[in-house]
Amino acid sequence: MSCDQCREREAVIHLTQIVNEQVTTLHLCEKCAAEKGVDSPGAAVKTPLGSFLAEMTKGAEQPPAPRSTDACGRCGATFQDFRETGRLGCSDCYRTFELPLRDLLRRLHGSTHHLGERYAERDPVAAVQGARTAELREQLRLAVEAENFELAAELRDRLRVLE
Amino acid sequence: MIDLSLLTDGGVGWLDASGPSSHLVLSTRIRLARNLAGHIFQGRNSETEREEILESVEGAARESVLLRRATRYRLDRLDRIDRQLLHERHLVSKELAGLEAEGRVRSGASILIQERIGVMLNEEDHLRIQGLHSGFALDETYAEVDRLDTELGQRLAFAFHSEFGYLTSCPTNVGTGLRASVLIHLPGLVLTKEISKVLQGLAQVGLTHRGLW
Repeated sequence: MSCDQCREREAVIHLTQIVNEQVTTLHLCEKCAAEKGVDSPGAAVKTPLGSFLAEMTKGAEQPPAPRSTDACGRCGATFQDFRETGRLGCSDCYRTFELPLRDLLRRLHGSTHHLGERYAERDPVAAVQGARTAELREQLRLAVEAENFELAAELRDRLRVLE
Repeated sequence: MIDLSLLTDGGVGWLDASGPSSHLVLSTRIRLARNLAGHIFQGRNSETEREEILESVEGAARESVLLRRATRYRLDRLDRIDRQLLHERHLVSKELAGLEAEGRVRSGASILIQERIGVMLNEEDHLRIQGLHSGFALDETYAEVDRLDTELGQRLAFAFHSEFGYLTSCPTNVGTGLRASVLIHLPGLVLTKEISKVLQGLAQVGLTHRGLW
């Protein structure tokens, strides 16, 4: 059975939703499921970090890892340093290496969305800024979807300033 | 030689069997990993930066309710035997005490303790807020740790990402930065040789185990 979304890859995740007594079933491949935020039960299985990192270097379907010489502008750490130590150099590394880290976080924790306590909300100024950032992120997502890259670049720059 | 009499219970209150189900569960420990925004993580930061972190957190602790009267130990100024003593009393991690194989204590490695609660400083993350209770006391321990996290968070800027949550040196801790553990003594399961089945079952419900001895 092929994936309902991309119609290319084999569907491996079968999602049944019941909303207002209406049953809908979606058959998705792993990639489309991950994009929709659906994770397979096996995705969150605890495995030592080392094997995740090893897998990231060889998987052809993985998002392209940054070149090992690309360094974080703030602390100077490279992705190769992270592979060797399993530790990031500073909070900016989460932005510098966002793509592979996003994938890693999804596999480690089952999701990239923190659902626990929100720190920013304790500080009213930061909360306002947080809301603006979230709004800009959503606009950026829509701009990328609409392939309006000029607007996307501008939004990205505004986000960087805010963050 | 360090003076443990500075701690009201000598740092071993968790061992006094006063908590719930303490015939079975020796202690409950909860820690939250936090980093200061604007500072490089421990693995890549300098001695000066670690001193700055110490100063900021100590300042915030003095203004807090839960750590106002905290005792401070600087691990980097203690002999190995003293560091070992603090580690054996479960007040500091092996890493912070520089007791790991080929490990050495790093500059700025410190701990603040006030009764059952404390903060390890310049550990793998800038702060490891921790609570240690006697017996099976997850709710009580979390409530205290959460309160201290709130108190310190109002005075310090923690590294937080709107989507990922609290940012930590190791991605396994990203999000809440929380780890909860209970120390259980299970001699009966060992004598009846059932322990390995129980330990295997733990992994299936998403728990991990570690042996103390």
